[in-house]
Amino acid sequence: MDEKALRGLIVNVKDGKLSRRSFVEQMIALGLTAPMASQMLAFSGVPAKAAEDRFQYKPTKRGGGGALKLLWWQGPTLLNPHFAVGTKDQDATRIFYEPLAGWDPDGELFPVLAAEIPSRENGGLAADGKSVTWKLKRDVQWHDGKPFTADDVVFTWQYTSDPASACYTLGTYKDVKVEKVDDFTVKVLFEKPTPFWADALVGARGMIIPKHLFAEYAGGKSRDAPTNLKPVGTGPYKFVDFKPGDMLRGEINSSYHIANRPHFDTVEMKGGGDAVSAARAIIQSGEFDFAWNMQVEDEILQRLEKGGKGRAMITASGNIEHIQLNSTDPWTEVDGERANAKTKHPLLTDKAVRQALGMLVDRASVQEHIYGRTGLATGNFLNNPERFRSKNTTWEFNIDKANQVLEAAGWKKGSDGIRAKDGKKLKFVFQSSINTPRQKTQAIVKQACQKAGIDLELKSVTASVFFSSDVANPDTYTKFYCDIQMYTTTMTQPDAGTFMNQFTTAEFATKENKWQGRNITRWSNEEYDQLYKASEGELDPVKRATMFIRMNDLACGDHAVIPVVYRPRTAAISNKMKADISGWDTDLGNLKEWYREG
Amino acid sequence: MGQYLLKRLLIAIPSILGISVILFTVLALAPGDPFEELATNPNVPAEVREMLRQKFGLDDPVAIRYFRWLAAMAQGDFGFSFASRIDVGDLIMQRLPTTLIIIGLAQLIALAIALPVGVYAATRPYSIFDQIASTFAFVGFSLPPFFTGLLLILVFSIQFDWLPFVYRADIEATGWRWFWEHVRQAIMPVSVLALFLAASLTRYVRSSVLDVIRLDYVTTARAKGLGERVVITKHVVRNALIPVVTLVFLQLPALFGGAIVTEQIFRIPGIGSLLISSILANDTPVVMAVTFVSAILVVLFNLIADILYGWLDPRISYG
Repeated sequence: MDEKALRGLIVNVKDGKLSRRSFVEQMIALGLTAPMASQMLAFSGVPAKAAEDRFQYKPTKRGGGGALKLLWWQGPTLLNPHFAVGTKDQDATRIFYEPLAGWDPDGELFPVLAAEIPSRENGGLAADGKSVTWKLKRDVQWHDGKPFTADDVVFTWQYTSDPASACYTLGTYKDVKVEKVDDFTVKVLFEKPTPFWADALVGARGMIIPKHLFAEYAGGKSRDAPTNLKPVGTGPYKFVDFKPGDMLRGEINSSYHIANRPHFDTVEMKGGGDAVSAARAIIQSGEFDFAWNMQVEDEILQRLEKGGKGRAMITASGNIEHIQLNSTDPWTEVDGERANAKTKHPLLTDKAVRQALGMLVDRASVQEHIYGRTGLATGNFLNNPERFRSKNTTWEFNIDKANQVLEAAGWKKGSDGIRAKDGKKLKFVFQSSINTPRQKTQAIVKQACQKAGIDLELKSVTASVFFSSDVANPDTYTKFYCDIQMYTTTMTQPDAGTFMNQFTTAEFATKENKWQGRNITRWSNEEYDQLYKASEGELDPVKRATMFIRMNDLACGDHAVIPVVYRPRTAAISNKMKADISGWDTDLGNLKEWYREG
Repeated sequence: MGQYLLKRLLIAIPSILGISVILFTVLALAPGDPFEELATNPNVPAEVREMLRQKFGLDDPVAIRYFRWLAAMAQGDFGFSFASRIDVGDLIMQRLPTTLIIIGLAQLIALAIALPVGVYAATRPYSIFDQIASTFAFVGFSLPPFFTGLLLILVFSIQFDWLPFVYRADIEATGWRWFWEHVRQAIMPVSVLALFLAASLTRYVRSSVLDVIRLDYVTTARAKGLGERVVITKHVVRNALIPVVTLVFLQLPALFGGAIVTEQIFRIPGIGSLLISSILANDTPVVMAVTFVSAILVVLFNLIADILYGWLDPRISYG
């Protein structure tokens, strides 16, 4: 990188086009240290991190904010954070319980019950990547007045790692060990070097539960614990009352461990109804302050916003609406299953066909006419956090070029206008779940394909069947008994580890694993597999990010998958409310900082 | 009479059992898994789901599950909800008061409108009043609650900002303010339901009164020189109301079942919204309990209506 390019980058940071963090990362990739990069920015007049703090808590005292009214159109049904597989329940439990650390909007950690975030500098992270030491905050009390100590943290691990407790967080805890070092220090031990060490005890899956209330109910008796319905945590609000699916109420925790917080005197979470009317209750009538998960077309949101009392709040996340091309033959049964890993798709194995399909997806129109602010056109499968976003991919919508590519590859148009080669016609079945935006997108793709001599038969499956794990049903997305399909894959962590395993050979969805494997396209690539394996042990975050970018480029470049739009999280919020929301944690992950302006 | 009652009750038992078998089998065979979210979450190991299925006895054959359910049911135990992990009975009891208030009020108001309007319209058929009443009745039952509900919300909540459209079962206030808040939030859902019920009931009352008013004994009563008021209230309405009573009684089980659509629109925490969210979450114990209790109530109120019939109309005897 020459000086001119460097100055260009700095200007971009100044204008806000490039985040400070990604600038620093690029510099690190060039061999500079982070402080040096920061100094470069400071020298060029870009203020330091503290000054550009993204969220500022303005109230100067605890309480006095009145009632905070939250509207969840699917009401929470249970209040044990380790049973809470649904986001609605994770949100509800986060009002009362806290993890050691949470995720901020950039996918970085911030301490909650931890005194500081472990790093190599403060000795928290072991050089071999096999352990991490957390220093805990002192003087934290449970809502019932008992002190919070390392014993509670160790107990949380014991409770969740016991399969008999049937916690949904078992996967996070079963392969780690948590040890008490002293009353306010714990050590998490891994079996092998672990680059993504912040899964256990962090975020939604890391909420700490009180040992003195759950100790008797670990294991087989877990469902009988009275505290399952009357949470006692360390969080900013204390439990008052709960009616599953309808109403959850809390009140201010006057001995909360952070000064001047929280702002509201009471909090209530009302459940039920539908997303559109929830948007109305916030944006138009102002009856409520905040509503989650606005699965509402942007057009409607914009109409409501005109002259309203609230607005839509868009938060970046990694969820991606994408089109998958089947690498295997979905129409022939081998060893009792269709789309068997040993087969090859008769048409889609031709790269020219995949490439042409990629050029026939009019992402710009899909964004503009269907998703608006809630779906942004992209050529990448891995889009966020920004440090993982590839800059090497491009996408274009070009029917003429698609025609040329197909022509060159020997696919000739027949009398019916459909291209064919060796007697095989370019006809595909394209399935998705029933959901208006998806059917509209399918129609847009079909139209373009028609012009390129490809015939698409559109199929839509009820969401409850499409997304089910029913082994007996042929229409589930994991079986993929179809040529092409489209849906959204969610990215639940700001780390790409579990996200990028979706293209590894080891994760093939097959009859043998009851189609629980994550690689649904059954696309296989040796370099990808090796990269993924290496990434599992790579401790250098910059090198690891480069690996993920390369993996993204491999899968997208070979058109195993056609990314369409990545979908930020959308909520509705009152104009007076200030809320700190991260796409990498639950919506209420930083509820303690929320406040209402005068 | 006693014998008749006994016979009817004995017939009711196999039909209720039959209903329970059908409900249970349909729910067991329906696609969907209560622990679906565990299966689709990449971070959750498969053993968690298996452990839960085992804990809730979901892996046993349908027949065994049915008899286990039946045995518990006989002791008044509705089972354990998969979604909220508490007793189904508790869930239903949390929702019942709201349902009774809203649906009960709506039915009372519907009756209070339908009876006088229907009777008056029938005594003056094809008059201006009758025409207007009939028009309203047709409009009333042609407009589904999801339409009138949204219309009311748009007008009274969004446009004028007079009434709240999110129903809250527990209001933190006391005395008159508590009462007033409850009335305010109940106005829209109750009127939506009452309008719909009153519309069909009015037509029913009208035609029933019209049938009776033409009979000879009414003419006789008039010929005797009785005043119109006495003829209508004492001679006509009494007899005309017999089929109406049956109809009203058959509608009463809805008090328990709730009104799914209206409850969803106004977010009323009633049995209807519990039912629909349980169906969506594949929470079979709750779905089973709600549908089964509704079925029992229908059978029971049918029986009560039949018995009332004999009491109201002595010509009918139960041999």
